[in-house]
Amino acid sequence: MNDEHRHNPPGSPPDGQDPHETSPAGEGEAKGFSRRAFLKGAGVTVSAGVMVTEGLLGTGAASAQPAPGAIAGPGPVPITLKINGKPHSLQLEPRVTLLDALRDHLDITGAKKVCDRATCGACTVLLDGKAAYSCTVLAIEAQNYEITTIEGLAAEGELSPVSAAFVEHDAQQCGFCTPGFVVAVTAFLKQNPNPSYEQVTAGLGGNLCRCGTYMGVREAALDAAKRMAGRA
Amino acid sequence: MADYKWPPAEKRSLIGKSFSRVDGPVKSSGRAKYSYDINRPGMLYGKMVFSPYAHANVKSIDTKAAEKMPGVRAVLVMFEPGKEVLWAGQEIVALAAETEEQARDAARAVKVEYEVLPHLVSDVAPDKAGAEHSKAGSESKDGDPDGAMKSAEVTSEGTYGASVITHCCLEAHGQVAEWEGEKLTVWASSQNVTGIAGEFSKALNVPAANVETITQYMGGGFGSKFGADPWGPACARLAKQAGRPVKMMLERDQELMEAGARPSIHARVKLGAKKDGTVVAWDSESWGTSGPQGGGNPPLPYVLRAANRRTKHTAVLTNIGPGRAWRAPNHPQCAVITMCALDDLAAAIPMDPLDFFIKNIELTGERSKVYHEELLRAAEMIEWKKKWHPRGAQNKGPIQRGLGLSIHTWGGGGHQSNCNCTIHPDGSVEVSLGSQDLGTGTRTIIALVAGETFGLPIPAITVNIGDSHYPPSGASGGSTTVGGVGSSTRRAATNALNELFAKVAPALNAKPEELEAVGGKVRVAADPSRAISWKEACAKLGATPVTAAGQRSMDLISSGVGGAQMAEVSVDTETGVVRIEEIVAVQDCGLVLNLTTAQSQVFGALIMGVTYALFEEKLMDEQTGCCLNPDMEFYKLAGLADIGKFQVHMMTGPGYDERGLIGLGEPPVVSPGAAISNAVANAIGVRVPTIPITPAKVLAALESAPRAGRA
Repeated sequence: MNDEHRHNPPGSPPDGQDPHETSPAGEGEAKGFSRRAFLKGAGVTVSAGVMVTEGLLGTGAASAQPAPGAIAGPGPVPITLKINGKPHSLQLEPRVTLLDALRDHLDITGAKKVCDRATCGACTVLLDGKAAYSCTVLAIEAQNYEITTIEGLAAEGELSPVSAAFVEHDAQQCGFCTPGFVVAVTAFLKQNPNPSYEQVTAGLGGNLCRCGTYMGVREAALDAAKRMAGRA
Repeated sequence: MADYKWPPAEKRSLIGKSFSRVDGPVKSSGRAKYSYDINRPGMLYGKMVFSPYAHANVKSIDTKAAEKMPGVRAVLVMFEPGKEVLWAGQEIVALAAETEEQARDAARAVKVEYEVLPHLVSDVAPDKAGAEHSKAGSESKDGDPDGAMKSAEVTSEGTYGASVITHCCLEAHGQVAEWEGEKLTVWASSQNVTGIAGEFSKALNVPAANVETITQYMGGGFGSKFGADPWGPACARLAKQAGRPVKMMLERDQELMEAGARPSIHARVKLGAKKDGTVVAWDSESWGTSGPQGGGNPPLPYVLRAANRRTKHTAVLTNIGPGRAWRAPNHPQCAVITMCALDDLAAAIPMDPLDFFIKNIELTGERSKVYHEELLRAAEMIEWKKKWHPRGAQNKGPIQRGLGLSIHTWGGGGHQSNCNCTIHPDGSVEVSLGSQDLGTGTRTIIALVAGETFGLPIPAITVNIGDSHYPPSGASGGSTTVGGVGSSTRRAATNALNELFAKVAPALNAKPEELEAVGGKVRVAADPSRAISWKEACAKLGATPVTAAGQRSMDLISSGVGGAQMAEVSVDTETGVVRIEEIVAVQDCGLVLNLTTAQSQVFGALIMGVTYALFEEKLMDEQTGCCLNPDMEFYKLAGLADIGKFQVHMMTGPGYDERGLIGLGEPPVVSPGAAISNAVANAIGVRVPTIPITPAKVLAALESAPRAGRA
């Protein structure tokens, strides 16, 4: 097993950049914080329910947040998420992940819960246009990002170019990994508008499928790139 | 008068062509609502407490503290104290709370006292497991195995096997349950939407008429989702207790520990042949574990059967967790045992395995001609004759290439299925069946069959499935769905069409039996100029739709397929890493309805095959009795970079089409393990005896034969 392919974040450029060293949006430390730094600082047991906000929310924390150094939680705190262009105000415990906030609290269910540990990519969403595993981002930390879910890629009843390519190339069977793949491909093509076969293979290594749809996924990604460039 | 039988090739408008799946857009846009996605007003979240011990006596269960935890609304003890748990992961208590987080907190507050008992979680042979863990299985003897073995000019002996793996469905097992008075609705991730309604009714002692089960979309089952499971009725009981809907899906660790495992099968095999390659004798002693229960008897030898043979099987009872049907139960394991043993025998002769299999093709029985044709086709596709070399290293570098092959079989047939078909006066058409689409393309082929029958395009057909209120259909397992729903839909649609013809005939000044429905028109078969459009024809119905029923019909379907696969791998003899270069699959399945989804089934099976051949294993810790990899980081599935180049060829046309429908879910997943193992043996010169073929096993095999594989 080629582990280096397994650990690419969904839709990342295949340039060897370690996703664990960057914030979900890949903007370095200025806007968010790194998953690794977070795990080091807060301990892996997120379920403890108490989060020290210093170093967690960084400098760009929303005004609704407690002052740096204050404790958020363990009870519900006000959280505002901007999803698919619309703000949503919620009262959530700080330990609630972005994925659970979407699925359990907002009934936005396109992102799927599968591994719940940043391995499979079924929960992929865009944070400021870049792919992220929403199962491993806390809702409270996602407040400063423009969050785009699969539902935000096209209006209901319409298909984004990537979704359309997935249909055409039969890049789905049970379809449970598909929304994550579509979002990952969308992010990938933004950074690699004209990818090679090898780049697609490496760049989409952060998503897993059980039915075995990779042949179609690869074709769909290449075809979607052509469509989006108007070369189809 | 329309006829039930499938139209001949020249009259097919849809059958055998390529179509995108009808639910593709709703799935790929994230709008499809799976059971996991169902959110109901006031819904609670259920979690279960599982045994951390592989074998223990449950002495007491105390839920008092859990009941007082924030947000808890219902608590249910699922296990009777005083009884024994038989695997780590067995469910003890279920509870429901306002949020998932609260339910998880409360589950941690449940106090269970265990008396830990000795366990066995190692996948070992009966002599190591001991008598108390061994249960005799079948024994058989045909011909004169001892005499034939003695007179054999070449013999080969080896031990082969396949480890326990899990199903790892991406959508976990589970459901949402909601009561309205005494009526229960369950949205379940199920391969058996009709059948589980009865299970809920029985377990909860409510009339079956009060239970509706729904599975509109489901995220993978592979044989593990046939039943309501203990957590189904438990979820409904929590909902009853709380007076609110409850969603209870398994968490990933529970899914991998509890919700399905493919039994292991291992065997010591001795084979005998003549120098010309003719296989004369088979002798096998096999064993395997399906957890605490016995498990079935493996079909050994598999497909290619020597006339003189002896088999003996022993089930090893362990605390690994219960086995469930896994796509083509027993076949992938038995293919590994048989095809690898045959491949080693061919190497001992020595003989090119392709020539060796063809030499013995009659031993495959009644479908030997199909296997012959499929092997030759596959060989052409992978350029076998150009690429094959005798076993062992072909260069001085660390990377060695090799080729391997395997053949397989499966039944198919069709499960019981009822279909209702309605033609509305406005021309719209509905077909309704209590079936489900697992991602195989069932919805699409139902629409295709109805469309073919009515001379309409696929989008003109509304398919209603995934609800127990529709006419009963069987569970989707064993590749029986396409036969069941394909034939019932064909009959229902034909019956409805004949009713329409009866109403329309006077307008065309013809008898009903003279009419046909082709290309969006109803017309006189002998004089196509006398025609009216489908819409006009349906308008003749007045205000009342016609509706007709159809059932599964054996004359439209068959059972029994072949299939041949060949793999090319490269092996790094320094790291032990195996890479797939190419796999070719040649598959028959009778009459292919939708070429696109048929090919997708085979591509998917190859990828699943690569995964179980190289990566998948349910790893158990003998000290603690626990599963070591109940997560997707260490329970590995192949990713995009792990698969090679694939080619699929479907055998169709004369000799195949007239057999009617045969299911395709299982057969292509059988051979990859054996073909890949044989390719590895060809590359490195030694056999890696069991799958998955991990780097450690490759290096160990090379170590055991230091000269082999190193030029």
